[in-house]
Amino acid sequence: MSDTYTLYNPTVMEHFMNPRNMGDLKDADGVGEVGAAACGDIMKISLKIKDGKIEDARFKTFGCGSAIASSSMATELIKGRTIDEALKFSNQEVVDALGGLPPVKIHCSVLAEEALKAALEDYVKKHPEAASQVGAVSAVAA
Amino acid sequence: MRQVFLDHQSATPLLPAVFEAMRPYFTEAFGNPSSLHHHGLRVRDALKQARQQMAALIRADSEEEIFFTSDGTESANLAIKGVAYANERKGKHLVISATEHPSVMNSVEFLEKQGWTCTRVGVDSEGIIRLDELQAAITPQTVLVAIHHVNHDIGAIQPIREVGRICAEKAVPLYVDCEASAGWLPVDVKEFGAALVSFSPHRFYGPKGVGVLYRNKKARLVSIIHGGVQEGGRRAGTENVPAIVGGGVAAAVAVTELDSRAKHVAELQARLWEGLRSKIRFIKLNGPEPGPKRVPTNINISTEFIEGEGQLLMLDHQGFAVASGSSCVSKSLKISHVLGAIGLDHALAQGNIIMTLGKDNTVEDVDYTVETFARIVTKLRGMSPMWDEFERGVIDSVIAPTGRGKSFSQHAADVSGKPAH
Repeated sequence: MSDTYTLYNPTVMEHFMNPRNMGDLKDADGVGEVGAAACGDIMKISLKIKDGKIEDARFKTFGCGSAIASSSMATELIKGRTIDEALKFSNQEVVDALGGLPPVKIHCSVLAEEALKAALEDYVKKHPEAASQVGAVSAVAA
Repeated sequence: MRQVFLDHQSATPLLPAVFEAMRPYFTEAFGNPSSLHHHGLRVRDALKQARQQMAALIRADSEEEIFFTSDGTESANLAIKGVAYANERKGKHLVISATEHPSVMNSVEFLEKQGWTCTRVGVDSEGIIRLDELQAAITPQTVLVAIHHVNHDIGAIQPIREVGRICAEKAVPLYVDCEASAGWLPVDVKEFGAALVSFSPHRFYGPKGVGVLYRNKKARLVSIIHGGVQEGGRRAGTENVPAIVGGGVAAAVAVTELDSRAKHVAELQARLWEGLRSKIRFIKLNGPEPGPKRVPTNINISTEFIEGEGQLLMLDHQGFAVASGSSCVSKSLKISHVLGAIGLDHALAQGNIIMTLGKDNTVEDVDYTVETFARIVTKLRGMSPMWDEFERGVIDSVIAPTGRGKSFSQHAADVSGKPAH
């Protein structure tokens, strides 16, 4: 191994080798699983939501180093955010927080955004009462 | 940290004797072989010796049948375009296999845009060419058949003597890409019935920057690089003298060490696959079993429910150098076309790793590889939603179906909204 010559930058490598929030949430309030048609990667994000806020997040990913790092970073970033804030989450946040991804790997961060939004949709489906609390959610659930 | 290099298909370290042989050709013997003074004549002699050494490796009759190029890709381009252009009036049809190296596939695609047509002969699930399809593919317009000796990806050895017999019967020249075999398996241009053969010394402990193209004098070939009259007018441009000299020495050593190297890596190959198979569940060998149908250097595996680039990165982090044919490692996001051609399920192609052994690998390296790889597989499966869903019976294994759950591909299509390709 070489610390000087790695395929991705040190932040991406660190999130790949030591991913944060890896796993499932047993009593998740929302679960989203999405696949990338382009490459075949699959990402799953589970959320614990309380009082309109993301209390906890976990991921599982079938994919390359940047897909795993993207899901690790995305789950870190969204913890503590309200549903409204989370619905505005963009893949660019993941790219920026990771210090950049190679152009061909940007779609991995998009997958993380899609997995998060699928989990939020699932939450709204399971908790229709939450839709009234959160304005933007109803648009997503529709 | 302990280093284990298992990517000898991409590069090999120079033999010390090769390095020493090259050294003077960077400094005191710096002449250009096209020069007429003694500096030029001195290196011309060195090129002649290297040509003889290359000819001996593939049992060619004469060093005059050896042309130097810059690498295997240029050799393939010259072989295919050079023969196609030389025989344009005779016909504009080519025959290749579906699992050729990209340098062959893409040279042919280039010609197709200019009016040539090409038939791609299929392979079976082990990657062995279908000889009946080959026989049927050759027409009176066919000017070249290009079939590799050993597949660069899955190590399958083609029945090249039979291919040569078919081409001889139909009087069509045969180009055999020996990039993955020369230096490891015997190559005999006459036994193969080959009009053209290419190989590169950097695959057997020679330097990068030189490729070799053998051409039987009877085969017509025109240059595709235009300039001065180097290489008998078949390849313009100043020769890379140090690399050619080093390549010649590497070829000479390969002739004497070929049997012992092949025996050594064959033992490691069998041990590696046996170790992986016994330690890791849901793992598949792509290509033929170790034995007479597989080059002894190559192990190509698919480990189910995890992706190849992640495996490669974790192995690199632990000091192991390997390759992968997963879509995630390719800039085009496509799986290896070889894995596609053998009909491998997309999900298994995603979990692909290629390990290629060399003469300096040891039994200890192999055991350490198996042990480390098994740990990495466990770690990545722990992170994979597919493994979890398999254990819960949501999806089924492709390698060892249990009869419960839907296929991985179906599941991937369901969650991505589009079918996996």
